[in-house]
Amino acid sequence: MLSNLINKLTGFLLTISLFSNPVKADWFALNMTEGATAISQEVFNLHMLIFWICVAIGVVVFSVMFYSMFAHTKKKNPVAATFHESTKVEIAWTVIPFLILIAMAVPASKTLTKMYDDTAGDVNIQVTGFQWKWQYRYLEDGVSFFSNLSTDMDEIYNLVPKGENYLQEVDEAVVIPVGKKVRFLITANDVIHSWWVPAFAIKQDAIPGFVNTAWTKVDQVGTYRGKCTELCGKNHGFMPIVVKVVEQDEYDLWVSDKKDAAFKLAELTEKEWTTAELVERGEAVYATNCVACHQTNGQGIPGIFPALAGSDIVLNDKAKNIEILMEGVQGAAMNSFDYLSEVELASVITYTRQSWGNAKDGDGEIVSPKDIVDYKKPKI
Amino acid sequence: MSAVIENHHDDHHHGPAKGLTRWLYTTNHKDIGTLYLWFSFAMFLIGGAMAMIIRAELFQPGMQIVEPEFYNQMITLHGLIMIFGGVMPAFVGLANWLVPMMIGAPDMALPRMNNLSFWILPFAFFILLSSLFMEGGAPNFGWTFYAPLSTTYAPPSVTFFIFSVHIMGASSIMGAINVIVTIMNMRAPGMDLMKMPLFVWSWLITAYLLIAVMPVLAGAVTMMLMDIHFGTSFFNAAGGGDPVLFQHIFWFFGHPEVYIMILPAFGIVSHIIETFSRKQLFGYSSMVWAMLSIAILSFVVWAHHMFTVGMPLAAELFFMWATMLIAVPTGVKVFNWIATMFRGSITFETPMLFACAFVVLFTLGGFSGLMLAITPADFQYHDTYFVVAHFHYVLVPGAIFSIMAAVYYWIPKWSGNMYDERLGKLHFWLSFIGVNVTFFPQHFIGLAGMPRRYPDYALQFADWNMVSTVGAFLFGFSQVFFLFIVIKTVMGGKKATDQVWEGARGLEWTVASPAPYHTFGTPPKVD
Repeated sequence: MLSNLINKLTGFLLTISLFSNPVKADWFALNMTEGATAISQEVFNLHMLIFWICVAIGVVVFSVMFYSMFAHTKKKNPVAATFHESTKVEIAWTVIPFLILIAMAVPASKTLTKMYDDTAGDVNIQVTGFQWKWQYRYLEDGVSFFSNLSTDMDEIYNLVPKGENYLQEVDEAVVIPVGKKVRFLITANDVIHSWWVPAFAIKQDAIPGFVNTAWTKVDQVGTYRGKCTELCGKNHGFMPIVVKVVEQDEYDLWVSDKKDAAFKLAELTEKEWTTAELVERGEAVYATNCVACHQTNGQGIPGIFPALAGSDIVLNDKAKNIEILMEGVQGAAMNSFDYLSEVELASVITYTRQSWGNAKDGDGEIVSPKDIVDYKKPKI
Repeated sequence: MSAVIENHHDDHHHGPAKGLTRWLYTTNHKDIGTLYLWFSFAMFLIGGAMAMIIRAELFQPGMQIVEPEFYNQMITLHGLIMIFGGVMPAFVGLANWLVPMMIGAPDMALPRMNNLSFWILPFAFFILLSSLFMEGGAPNFGWTFYAPLSTTYAPPSVTFFIFSVHIMGASSIMGAINVIVTIMNMRAPGMDLMKMPLFVWSWLITAYLLIAVMPVLAGAVTMMLMDIHFGTSFFNAAGGGDPVLFQHIFWFFGHPEVYIMILPAFGIVSHIIETFSRKQLFGYSSMVWAMLSIAILSFVVWAHHMFTVGMPLAAELFFMWATMLIAVPTGVKVFNWIATMFRGSITFETPMLFACAFVVLFTLGGFSGLMLAITPADFQYHDTYFVVAHFHYVLVPGAIFSIMAAVYYWIPKWSGNMYDERLGKLHFWLSFIGVNVTFFPQHFIGLAGMPRRYPDYALQFADWNMVSTVGAFLFGFSQVFFLFIVIKTVMGGKKATDQVWEGARGLEWTVASPAPYHTFGTPPKVD
């Protein structure tokens, strides 16, 4: 690891000049956003209020200090004064800060109370953090999907220029209607994540076993971007949030489209699948769900994430293979993937059983969506 | 020398043993102080090298030098090493050197335990660092090691991490017991509690904090160990446990811990400002009460690190108000330092430069701390670079500047030689510029929306990250220069007088420079 690091450091010094990014200068990204909601505006005002109070205190305190540093040097003031206490002054500089603090605490407490309204929204969305993606479930409409980073790996590894929304773009944004109260019910499937959209002033930890709530009412149509803010493993920096705020009729249309797509996916479960079809679909499922740990070449990361290439279970034990994906592995990072559709599960298992020489070395059996349906049937 | 003559008269007075065994077997507070200080310097450089890797990766957007997995190991080890290996042992080293001399005691009260508490530390850090070479890599879950990322999802090396934290905790507890027993029992006749030098006071309070919270940390890591190896579910929601419980336990340790890292700095800076202002410290007793209030308040503010975990409104309000309250005693300390300088007769030798920078920059860190206490605003600041800027401002130009100031201030007493004033000032200015160029832009990056612990970032954060990295390398290399200055001073230089500084007060300045191997065999009289 360390020698590798040294190699990379030298390489880095060489490539700095080659890859000086076409980054647009943003020297003015200095302050908090005012955001797009009444609450976020209030939070911003609160932030600026405290900031200016601190600046004022700083100016007063430091001018006395700097004055002493210039005027009371040994050269200008060879003999020091001898005072070393003053009850009056000491009471003053205890009481005055206390009063300033009260002046800060009152508006802060008011805003906080407003943010803590967990009554139901017009739209209620369950947000679930996964390593390393977000799932959104619309509780009223039953719409459900995952949202993955869509930035190309080549951009991350400096092989091609970076796009405008580098690391802030996803394959599928969460869509909400403008001017409606939207409540988010936030939880996690594996480790702790945190769902942050600065424009809404919402940052709420997503904790396994807990459901936290946050709400917003966005006044302006637009696209708002956020990030995961609780260290959640290696791809913590690569699971952004994109929220599209649209007019109500556009929102209704989007919901009905999503419902149609879900219906079509369910139909596919009934179909007879060929190996090639499953592998093709499975490759895409693998790329969004598995690759972060098990790697593109199926080799995993030694000591943390086991290899799938050449794994006994993937080669010869179809039943166990299905069981692991459905149930997860107790005490390990491998969680249950039973939230994927039957088609997705069947195709991704088939893909791993057919790739990296596994078909040649093992039994090469494919898994069809019906196998997953069978697994889900209650066992006697 | 006189040691030989003394040997004749009094068998208890002898010089140090020769060779390696002097350091291995030593029970002398000065030797052990030196060991602690050199050890913390070594850890400071190792932790600093990790910071350089972090900043180099963040120089530009995109992944250039390390993989995200290794990046997470670096941020974790950087934090652990700087806190438990850099700052804390440095303060224990200073306590060892100074507390007995300041209270007129011949040594620490429990010298053999003193030896033990130092010599287990290198093993703790050897274990921690060796995890870099283990399968699955070093701990990668941040220095705060939140479960379940640090339990179910941790690399196998987490067990070594737990063991290493246990050893560090044992070392700290032993060190703290030693300080308390020494101060309570071995003060020279006439030295009442309210006559003790402030550094001694600050360490007495720190030692109580250590004894109160290190066992809590030990409990947290033991519960992790049980979860990982013995099938319990303290922090595993699927088994009926509670991941938020971990954070409550951790921060009940963690918040007093941050005051453990700043209280001794308050003591040091008080002495230095008093000396170079040539004027008695303003408000001695209010300084003591302020430190006591800060220490007591530190036990009731822990959940301000957890405003986003979804606590009930009443808890959020309580922790916000309690946290804001800390600004009052902290303000009193800053005002007292400035009132000490006011109408003094000030000179700016290197220790005073560091102390002045401490007052200004620690106060800046205090301001951002006050902003972070405001819960609604904290929702926007939490876990962004604004927090990184905040705690680095209180720890680097806070705690670490105070340690550097202490080294310049007392090294003539320790080594008998004056450091080179020109080099010391150059080191100060390089560090001062470096630290601000590194950490000030991080306020902007954080407010603009960059989360912490990100190995890569969106393009709008690129400019200030680049500036921050340049500053970090300037600061980093300045500390190698500091190492050179220290070695040069120990090797030779202008001989120091016993008094060393014109305005210095306190018993440590009444003994020879360098301080003899044994001091105050007979207690001095204090009036």
